[in-house]
Amino acid sequence: MHAEAAPRRAPQLVCPAGSLRALQMAVDAGADAVYLGLKDATNARNFAGLNFDDAQVRQGVRYAHARGREVLMALNTYADARDPAPWQRAVDRAAALGADALIVADIAVLAYARDHHPQLRRHLSVQASATTWEAIEFYRQRYGIQRAVLPRVLTLSQVQHLVRHTAAEVEVFGFGSLCVMVEGRCALSSYVTGQSPNTAGVCSPPSAVRWDETPRGVEARLGPVLIDRYAPDEPRGYPTLCKGRFVVDGERDYAIEEPTSLNTLAILPQLVEAGVAAVKIEGRQRSPSYVAEVTKVWRQAIDHAASGARYTVQPGWNTSLSRWAEGQQHTLGAYERPWR
Amino acid sequence: MSPALRVVSGTVDDRADEDPRFGITIGPLQYWWPRERLLAFYADIADTAADTVVLGEAVCSRRNEFKTDDWLALARDLAAAGKRVVLATQALVMSEAELRTVRRLCEQDGFAVEAGDASALAVLAREHAARPGRPPFVIGPHVNVYSRAALAELAPLGAGTWVAPIELAIDSVGLANPAADPVSGPAGPVVTEVFAFGRMPLAFSARCFTARHHRLNKDACDFRCRDDADGLLLATEDGEPFLVLNGIQTQSAALHCLIGDRAAAEAAGVQRLRLSPSSGDFARVVALFDAVFNGVADAREALRELATLGLPGALVDGFARRRAGLEAVPA
Repeated sequence: MHAEAAPRRAPQLVCPAGSLRALQMAVDAGADAVYLGLKDATNARNFAGLNFDDAQVRQGVRYAHARGREVLMALNTYADARDPAPWQRAVDRAAALGADALIVADIAVLAYARDHHPQLRRHLSVQASATTWEAIEFYRQRYGIQRAVLPRVLTLSQVQHLVRHTAAEVEVFGFGSLCVMVEGRCALSSYVTGQSPNTAGVCSPPSAVRWDETPRGVEARLGPVLIDRYAPDEPRGYPTLCKGRFVVDGERDYAIEEPTSLNTLAILPQLVEAGVAAVKIEGRQRSPSYVAEVTKVWRQAIDHAASGARYTVQPGWNTSLSRWAEGQQHTLGAYERPWR
Repeated sequence: MSPALRVVSGTVDDRADEDPRFGITIGPLQYWWPRERLLAFYADIADTAADTVVLGEAVCSRRNEFKTDDWLALARDLAAAGKRVVLATQALVMSEAELRTVRRLCEQDGFAVEAGDASALAVLAREHAARPGRPPFVIGPHVNVYSRAALAELAPLGAGTWVAPIELAIDSVGLANPAADPVSGPAGPVVTEVFAFGRMPLAFSARCFTARHHRLNKDACDFRCRDDADGLLLATEDGEPFLVLNGIQTQSAALHCLIGDRAAAEAAGVQRLRLSPSSGDFARVVALFDAVFNGVADAREALRELATLGLPGALVDGFARRRAGLEAVPA
């Protein structure tokens, strides 16, 4: 068709940075924007040794801005009823440090940002679980969000429909570890460990993980719960609780989801065609090498998809990505037939 | 205090202001029960001390045995029996067809509505702006309100009741909406409700895990969740009951139970208890909660009796105490 041959507006490539090194490598590899979080519970990757202090944010912003790229600050956990001040201070810090936008889930934090720093762009975090255009418009009209990040639950036609009905920009996940549950509405981790993405910015936290050598195999526990048991020759994964092996009806299996990564390279032209404004790469907890290599592949893929040329997934792309995929497996997630 | 919220077994309690009675809400049925079983359940509920019943399909729009019109008919029956009825919208809304159901529920004025997500909030806010006299809505447990500032954002849109998120500790519930200084909506102070009994809805997904277990696609699921009255049990490899697959929803295998937490609930300004339907002698569950929270019954004895009622799992209350949710109720 004629329309499909015309060049499309390329979506912004938004890449993760858990450290200054990762930020620089993402920018060098072609990220249009990098997202990061502070070293505390105000963001959903609150892991030891990860994230930024003020000086590092300032340095990262300088590095990105000098190259015409953006820095987005994730402030995407829910303010604690006992002390919401750290979330408010984090908004103030983002503004003072020159971040280009905030990524926020909590209406309490959105309202504070709108009222105190109206000039600072606000993106709705995936953790806000806005899965319809009505929900996104609710946040846009009340909190002035300019962009919404979609939970990984919608089919392609649902994404297309949603983009047509909201005035906000839409960002979708392109690659990375897959939350099989709707983001922002999962209390599985706090059920087992007392800490959840919403409250503490963590899922299946390392502090709750225990490995035991037993006669039946190596057992991985999260808190008191046996998440998986590995035979001597089996590769071992991190015991994320929804990706363990459990028994249902006498059958042992990955009863919720297998260890696998989302990879939407195959439908990238359709996402571009739908008018998606940005594609996000997951993985602030991953290494700078992961960030660099995944960013490089997606830069090429987005440029290719937006060029108007006939798009095919280059074999080298998936080979590169497979190396970094959880369980070395890919899925299209909610874009895939069995989910529908 | 809105008089409608102090209806006890069909009679308005005129001692509302000094009466520390806890309202009892029957939460939405999370499972697909056959029509006869569902109708028999609600007929039993009509005779219990519960003053409020939340009706509707909150989990999966493919469950089609009981349609919106059936829920509305049941709502009228229960209202005629003296119950306050609230209609729940789905927690996870993805398609335009599901949005149409949300709009239909939110645009009617006969019954209050419980918002399952921000789509419902959007419609409810519009409707309340257009017709301020309509029944205040309920902020459901899957709308993320974790602090006073968040509650203060939603209350002015027409909220009358807030159901706290399941993982929010009870002391934080009290900080978000303190008894001494509650957040106010157009209809007055917002009433705090907590999930007090039942298997906990912990997560939602686009994927149907019941269908996945049966190696079926979601859109050809054969409605297999009908087979599991309390969901499909998922156990660990060492045999411990852990979770329950309930279609697109994942629940705890254990039942949250706040029957021993009356003092903490009162201190936190909790005015309503949500009891979530399960198999076993559920009418007796309602009676025990009423006897402990609104009478003189001993919580420990009630706990012992609960264990004999054929309930589908162990009793836990860790979330209320800022612990892991699976921690057992202290003996």
